[in-house]
Amino acid sequence: MVLPAPRNPTLSTLFWSFFRVGAFTFGGGLAMLPVMQREIVDRQGWQSEHEFVDVLAIAQSSPGAIAINTAIFTGYKLLGVPGVAVAIAGVVLPSFLIITVLAATLTAAEPPLLLTKFFLGIRPAVVALILAAAIGIGRNVLIDRFNIMLAAVALGVSLVSNIHPAILIAGAALFGYLHQQLLSRRGVRP
Amino acid sequence: MIYLELFISFFTIGAFSFGGGYAMIPLIERELVRNQAWLTAQQFIDILAIAEITPGPVAINAATFAGYKVSGLLGGIAANLGIVVPSLMAVMTMAYIVQRFQGAPLLKSALAAVRPVVVVLIFMAAVTVGRQTILDFKSAGIAVLALTLMLRTKLNPILLLIGAGIAGVIIF
Repeated sequence: MVLPAPRNPTLSTLFWSFFRVGAFTFGGGLAMLPVMQREIVDRQGWQSEHEFVDVLAIAQSSPGAIAINTAIFTGYKLLGVPGVAVAIAGVVLPSFLIITVLAATLTAAEPPLLLTKFFLGIRPAVVALILAAAIGIGRNVLIDRFNIMLAAVALGVSLVSNIHPAILIAGAALFGYLHQQLLSRRGVRP
Repeated sequence: MIYLELFISFFTIGAFSFGGGYAMIPLIERELVRNQAWLTAQQFIDILAIAEITPGPVAINAATFAGYKVSGLLGGIAANLGIVVPSLMAVMTMAYIVQRFQGAPLLKSALAAVRPVVVVLIFMAAVTVGRQTILDFKSAGIAVLALTLMLRTKLNPILLLIGAGIAGVIIF
């Protein structure tokens, strides 16, 4: 995989990147992932795909909205506290502006038919985007037996139970930690 | 003071919802409709409908709408701050820990074990959303076409979404 030349993030590029994420995320949560991956990994080259996956793990195991959590962590990693402020502002502003205008003007909640049809078309595409993100990231992560085995266990558990993502993530982290300690004791370096 | 009350309500919602926007919806309903009686059940359903058809995180959409209905523009800002602050505290703590122990072999191996699980979680999100949205041949067709384009070309996902929306207007 050819990595893009990393560009130095500035407060303004960070703001507009997250503004685009906020403006083009439909359906919430992980639906924003493909747009975000394109901005942060493919387009700006601020993070490698692995770093991006680490951010997602933290965003999903913290309370609150995934988009906001990702903005906070990415902003902090790239530009410290000012980066956090700018990334949050970017991801929140599109919604805030649109909803404030709607709340102020809307009397009946019935949306126009054309808009409803537009969103009927968008939703299946959102599913495809999420699936494409899983496939794209999976290709780079599921490369050895250890990782494939972990993924298979996680998939099995998610399919048969209603387990919370945060618990799966914490469990995997603990497993990785204990596994490494076991290896170190046998004298294997990480 | 109403702004402080809005802040506290949304702070509670933000602090106790793991797993993103949709996980927040029952908490928002309990707090705003049943506990505080700031919104009627009908207004709450309207918020969900609007959150569905507008971009952005569901939590922010709900906070902005509810805050505005309760006490105008400043209410919307107070509610948004309430949603953001718990995230800020939790994620900054995590970011500090990750940076502090960066390069430590045990943190590295913990993160390495988490990555395959994240892939599965993303896949499961597609399954969950897919069950609710792919209901007939038309929606399945859009999904298959979009997936093919995403995997085979370097098409911008934003353009893809707009194209899918236009297709929806034509075929539905």
